[in-house]
Amino acid sequence: MKIVINGATHRVADDMSLDLAVALITSSATGIAVALNGDLVRRASWPSTRLAAGDQVEVLTAVQGG
Amino acid sequence: MTDQKEAHVGDPLTDDPLVIAGRKFGSRLIMGTGGAPSLDVLGRALVASGTELTTVAMRRVDPSSSGSVLDLLAAHGIGVLPNTAGCFTAAEAVRTARLAAEALDTDWVKLEVIADEVTLLPDPVELLDAAEQLVADGLTVLPYTNDDPVLARRLEQAGCAAVMPLGAPIGSGLGIRNPHNIELMVQAASVPVILDAGIGTASDAAQAMELGCAAVLLATAVTRAHDPELMAAAMRSAVTAGRLAYRAGRIPRRRYALASSPPASSPRDGT
Repeated sequence: MKIVINGATHRVADDMSLDLAVALITSSATGIAVALNGDLVRRASWPSTRLAAGDQVEVLTAVQGG
Repeated sequence: MTDQKEAHVGDPLTDDPLVIAGRKFGSRLIMGTGGAPSLDVLGRALVASGTELTTVAMRRVDPSSSGSVLDLLAAHGIGVLPNTAGCFTAAEAVRTARLAAEALDTDWVKLEVIADEVTLLPDPVELLDAAEQLVADGLTVLPYTNDDPVLARRLEQAGCAAVMPLGAPIGSGLGIRNPHNIELMVQAASVPVILDAGIGTASDAAQAMELGCAAVLLATAVTRAHDPELMAAAMRSAVTAGRLAYRAGRIPRRRYALASSPPASSPRDGT
């Protein structure tokens, strides 16, 4: 199935869990937050969160700013 | 004697912490991290500024980027204050603030809701809406706001831990365009008033503190200065000097001269 991670389309295994999708982008264990279709998903819930085709995943971190 | 004098001069600083939501800071200079040419320059400027709290923005992870501003702040023991820069609606800002709180394991947020790209002025209606939602979430909310005493009062009533009025638009370096309003906000507020944005040089930061602001938040004035580290040191001194002057109480402005030497027994009298 296709999902979108940080604006880029990825072809992934059906029913992929959110933690594996995040791992496609970063291996960082800290300083990361994830939104699924606009809503925050806490880190503890990533492994149990199953993705569906067309899901939008945003993986954010802190950068210089403000 | 010399030691005692130095101790006396130092005491008013150490005994005068900035307190926001019960958290104490020795430095009244809050730094931003935007605009620095490199992490190395940024690090040296932050150390020179003496800051204990510094803002960061939240953006998509860039796998190609090297070095982390979070690592830099952690290495220097500087507290991190995520902002919601780039958000134009209350909904966006609330979502970003919640993500920042999760990512950085903090419940503090600098709330920014910008009206347009040209002025980067805060949108007061969206700002207040977002502030109310985030306070309800239990976050410690520090809103970047207009230099409007009424809006500041509404933000304080909404439960914000501080109010952070602009001196002038972000990055403009125009200084404090409406010092009278800043003074009104200081007089009315029971939470810290932090001058945020518009600082161009050290005298602007000193002026903010002389007006009674509890702290100054700045980035561009340092990060885009010819020598960021040197300007950071200047800002540190300016904030300290302005705070001391505010606490000392300036003399009233007078229309005519007031002799500082005693009037009688001058040499002209032949005594």
